[in-house]
Amino acid sequence: MIALHDYELSAECYKVRLMLGLLGLKWRVVPVDYYPGAEHKTPAFRTLSPLGRIPVLEDDGFTLHEPHAILIYLAGRYDTSDHWSPREPRLAAEVAQWLSFAVDLDASAGAARRADGFFEAVDADAARAEAHRLFRILDEHLWFGERQGRGWLCPAERPTIAEIACFPAVALSEEGGVSRQDYPAIRRWMDRVKRVPGFSVMSGVFPAAPGR
Amino acid sequence: MSGFASPDPVTLNLWHPIAAIGEIPPGKVSATVLLDEPVNFAKVADGEPFVWRARPELRAGDAAPSTRPADALPSLVAYGYLWTSLGTPPEEIFAIPEYAEPDRRNVAAASIGVAVSAPRAIENFLDMGHFPYVHTGILGEQPHTEVKEYDVETSAERDEVLATRCRFFQPMASTVAKGGMEVEYVYRVPHPFCSVLYKSSPLDANRQDVIAIFLQPVGQERIRAHMMLSILDDQNDDTFIRRFQLMVFGQDKPILENQFPKRLPLDPRAETPIRADKSAIAYRRWLSAKGVTYGVIPAAA
Repeated sequence: MIALHDYELSAECYKVRLMLGLLGLKWRVVPVDYYPGAEHKTPAFRTLSPLGRIPVLEDDGFTLHEPHAILIYLAGRYDTSDHWSPREPRLAAEVAQWLSFAVDLDASAGAARRADGFFEAVDADAARAEAHRLFRILDEHLWFGERQGRGWLCPAERPTIAEIACFPAVALSEEGGVSRQDYPAIRRWMDRVKRVPGFSVMSGVFPAAPGR
Repeated sequence: MSGFASPDPVTLNLWHPIAAIGEIPPGKVSATVLLDEPVNFAKVADGEPFVWRARPELRAGDAAPSTRPADALPSLVAYGYLWTSLGTPPEEIFAIPEYAEPDRRNVAAASIGVAVSAPRAIENFLDMGHFPYVHTGILGEQPHTEVKEYDVETSAERDEVLATRCRFFQPMASTVAKGGMEVEYVYRVPHPFCSVLYKSSPLDANRQDVIAIFLQPVGQERIRAHMMLSILDDQNDDTFIRRFQLMVFGQDKPILENQFPKRLPLDPRAETPIRADKSAIAYRRWLSAKGVTYGVIPAAA
C-alpha cells in the first residue's frame, strides 16, 4: 500500500493527499512530527528525504520526496485518463511552468503562513508582499482564461497537476495574513477546484457549496 | 492593528505561558513576545529555565548565560510549559490535579501562532455549537447540532468559570474513540487566558481526558496558543496524539482569525447571544468584573 509521510497542517503534504484522493487511491499515513518536533530534520528522516523535507511517498519499494515530483509520479502511474499530467509537449511544458510558479507560492504565501503559525524564521512581510505580486499575476491569468472559456491554469478541458500544486498555498494564504479579497478570479478558480470529484479538505480549507 | 497599550494590572500580574519546556533548545537564548514586550528565555547549565526582558546585547540564538541573570523575571514550570509574568504574579498557578496521575499521557501538543485576541480564542474553546460545522466528522456531525441545556457557575471561591453537564454527540471524540458517542464535557476557565476541558474518556467510563489551552497574549490581537493534553491513551505515540490535536485546532484557526471585531466586546449589548452561549456570557461577565481590558472592548462605564 502507498505510504505517505505526512504532517496534517503542511500545505505541501496536502498537495499529495489531494492528488491521492482525486485519483481514488488508498494510502497509509505515517505521521511526521514536523512541528513542534522537527522530526524531518533527524538523521533517520534524512535517509528518506536527504533535504529533510516533507512529504515523502513510498510505493512498491520506490521512495520519492518533493511534492511536485510525487504529483508527477502519481498522475503518471495511476491516472488512466491521462488528464492530470498531460503528455502533449506544449501542454506538458505549461504544466511544468505552473509547477515552478507553485514553488514560488510556497516560498511566499506559504512561508508567511509558516512564519505566523509555526514561527519559522523568515521575513513574513517580504513574503506577503511577494505573495500579493504572484496572486496578481495568477488572478489576471485566470481572469483572461475565463474570458477565453478556459477554467483551469493550462489550456486543457480538465484540471491538471498545476491546479493541485498551486491550490494549497493559495487556499491557506489568509493564515499568513494574505487576503484574497482583491482576487476574484482566484476565488472562482478555487471553487472550481473544490468541486472536482474526489476533492478533499484539510484543516483551514473549507468545501465549496455545490455549483449551479 | 494591535495598537500598543500598557496592559491592565490584572493581566500584567498573571502567569503567562511562553514555551513548551521540551522545546527550549539547550544552551541557547530563545525569544518571544509577551504583552507586546520582547522577552528572552533560556535554560541554565543545570537545566533550570529563566526569563528576562530582551536586552540588545543578548539575542535569540546566542549562547545562554551560565547563571540566572540578576534581572530575571518571575518564572515557573507547570504542565510542561514555562510561565512568566511582567508584574507580580500569585504564588501558585491554577491546579490541574489530573496532570500528576501516573497513568496519564501528558503531551505538550504544540504552540501555534494565531491572529486573534486571547479572549476570543477562549470563547471559541468554550463553544460547542460550532462542532458539527467546523469539526465535521470528528467533534460533531449533522444532524446532531443541538447544544443541550448545561450549567454554568462562576465560583467566587476558586475564582473561575465552570460549565458542567455539557453533552454532545461526537463521531470521533479522541485518538482512541471507536465510533460515535455522546460525550460529556466540563469546562473550566481558571485564568483569563487559559481554559481546561474535561471530556469522557472512551477507555474508562469513570475518568476524563483533559485538554487545556494556555494562551500567550503576544499582543492584543495575536496569541501563541499552547496546547496541553493529559489523556488516557495506551495505544498511540505522541506524534499521533499531537496530529489529532493539531488537526482539530487547525480547523478552528480560520474561524478565530475571521472574528470581528478581533477583541472580545464585553458590553452585553454588543453581540446577540443564544442559549448555547451561556458559558461565553459568564466568561465575559467574569472578565468585566475582574477589570481585564487587554484583548477586549470594555463595556461602557
